[in-house]
Amino acid sequence: MADSRLEIKNLHARVVDGETILRGVDLIVPKGEVHALMGPNGSGKSTLAKIIAGDPSYEITEGEILVDGESVLEMEADERARAGLYLAFQYPVEVPGVSIANFLRLALNARRDEDDEIGVMEFYNKLQNAVKELNWDDSIIERNLHEGFSGGEKKRSEILQLLVLEPKYAILDETDSGLDVDALKIVSQGVNAARSPNFGALVITHYQRLLNYIVPDVVHIMVKGKVVKTGPKELAMELDEKGYDWITSQLAA
Amino acid sequence: MSDLPLEHPDAAKLEGMQHEQQYNFQLAENYFFKSEKGLNRKVVEQISYYKQEPEWMLKFRLNALEIAEKKGRPKWGPDLSGLNFDNIYFYIRPQDRQGTAASWDDVPPEVKETYQRLGIPDAEQRILAGVGAQYESEMVYHSLKEEWERLGVVFLDTDTGLKEYPEIFKEHFATVVPPEDNYFAAVNSAVWSGGSFVYVPAGVEIEVPLQAYFLLNAQNVGQFERTLIIGEPGSKFHYIEGCTAPAYNTESFHSGVIEIIVKEGAQARYTTIQNWSHNVYNLVTQRALVYKNASMGWLDGNLGSKTTMKYPSCYLMEEGAKGEVLSIAFASDTQWQDAGAKMVHVAPNTSSTIVSKSISKGTGRSSYRGLVQIHEGAYNSRSNVECDALLLDEQAKTDTYPYIEINEKTAHVGHEATVSKLNDEQIFYLMSRGIPEDEAAALIVRGFLEPVAKELPLEYAVELNRLIELEMEGSVG
Repeated sequence: MADSRLEIKNLHARVVDGETILRGVDLIVPKGEVHALMGPNGSGKSTLAKIIAGDPSYEITEGEILVDGESVLEMEADERARAGLYLAFQYPVEVPGVSIANFLRLALNARRDEDDEIGVMEFYNKLQNAVKELNWDDSIIERNLHEGFSGGEKKRSEILQLLVLEPKYAILDETDSGLDVDALKIVSQGVNAARSPNFGALVITHYQRLLNYIVPDVVHIMVKGKVVKTGPKELAMELDEKGYDWITSQLAA
Repeated sequence: MSDLPLEHPDAAKLEGMQHEQQYNFQLAENYFFKSEKGLNRKVVEQISYYKQEPEWMLKFRLNALEIAEKKGRPKWGPDLSGLNFDNIYFYIRPQDRQGTAASWDDVPPEVKETYQRLGIPDAEQRILAGVGAQYESEMVYHSLKEEWERLGVVFLDTDTGLKEYPEIFKEHFATVVPPEDNYFAAVNSAVWSGGSFVYVPAGVEIEVPLQAYFLLNAQNVGQFERTLIIGEPGSKFHYIEGCTAPAYNTESFHSGVIEIIVKEGAQARYTTIQNWSHNVYNLVTQRALVYKNASMGWLDGNLGSKTTMKYPSCYLMEEGAKGEVLSIAFASDTQWQDAGAKMVHVAPNTSSTIVSKSISKGTGRSSYRGLVQIHEGAYNSRSNVECDALLLDEQAKTDTYPYIEINEKTAHVGHEATVSKLNDEQIFYLMSRGIPEDEAAALIVRGFLEPVAKELPLEYAVELNRLIELEMEGSVG
């Protein structure tokens, strides 16, 4: 289907009543592909991620966000999630007293009709499979959401949720930051497990390192609130060798 | 029953009695009787007369009335100026209560709706609304009752307790909360009616909680209930009072006294979740005396009422006694929940814990008011207090009044207090997983209460969750 994609069209956005951050982002992630979004600090990558997810602290001044051809601009964050979007947060928050299992069951049921709640066994099977995929211990599901989690555990939790919620499109915001190599491998293994013809992902990263484990189909480079270059996976390698100055100097030329 | 007073005048001649014609059909056996409005000597005498109480109880009541009159209302805490005794019936004869409270049709639609949404069975709804007479689980209760009787456990409404166990009753009654203690305890002492009387013999452990709703009938539903619980040495039990469904009452004043005596090595727990309708002043004194190596736990939830003043307390009387108060308060629009705890360490090596979780919403206000007192000579006593407040919006208020009095050098006392606001980042995070905004807020609130709520029996925890969801609907965004 031609419309099976996450499409960002000429997106301009700013902090509510504040600084403009996105200045015309164009980006397409077709279903079945994994794209990388790279760029220097402050280029607007994380802001783009939050805006796609529906963070109310930003406002869109121009442009479109389309999920399989449908605009999500008028949707609240929860509706966007139910429409198939998922954001793996760079800094997942703690929600004390709420266990991962309870939270995920609520999130899954929010996607279903009121009289069609997920069965207990079905839910636990799903959850346990995801836990296994991430080489985690079963006891994790009874822990409270990110309460006392290390940075690496939080990132792993973001991928666990992705595996359970099975979104159509996921945006991974610097999921590699703060991870050691072992954790990086585990998290990548989880993302690769999610890869399928029915799933598209935008992997935001500052470093090429992650892309050794999650090999992207396409790489986009973002500078100052715009996507300035799009290319094959080799682009990431080139960027890693030459540094972001290479891009900025190209732009200046 | 030989100790009943015989010299009372004929009931019909008592001044202030109101016969109502439409109930005349009942007169053969049941007088329709309410005391006149207001609190005075005559009312107190009538109460005692109608209950056919022993002389000592009448004297006790009258003395308490004098104490109340002398004391006057507390000059601290929430505003009670809207509480006018002249508009209140201090006694309605139990068998008439159903006729006076309401017929099912008179129960406000919003109360009925809440019952339905909580999934409370029909019969129970009627009882909660004060218009029912029978409880469906009577059969369950009867089998438990046989078991308790076999163990020598006494579980009765307090009026019956006084009649059937006059000696145990008199020995312990008002020894924990004497009328002199505070104004509302004095008022209760003068006009008390209903409540539970529990006696657990030495060494008896009761697995199934003693639940007040088993006794839920006209006798037991009272505005001025008086509960007396005695745990003999080595006994172990859990008593549960009230329920999370809103108790609808046409009267606007509830003032109970709960007295618990936990003797050597006994373990007692008292759980109460109260959700009075929002016109009620709920002013309750709950206290336990805890003896050698015994432990007492209060789990106290205050959701309803207009104004609550409630500070469950433990007096740790002998070495090794332990006390715990876990408290939840939810103050929504126009409510003031003034709740807390009191821990009095009299003896060495005693320990206490207070965990208070309060939530304020809209114009609601919740206050933590707590006292930890460690007497000289209570060596190596420990107390730990944690009070956390969550504000759901800008208007909502919370305040903390922690009083700590330590007269013992070897004591260890810790106090931690936090105030937090409903966090936008948490809401956004949960919403980004597909959870609607109001459910996200409810989830955060439930998580906040979890350290206390997890101590509730399952069915109460489930009801509490549903109730919070109802409270949270439309509260954000």
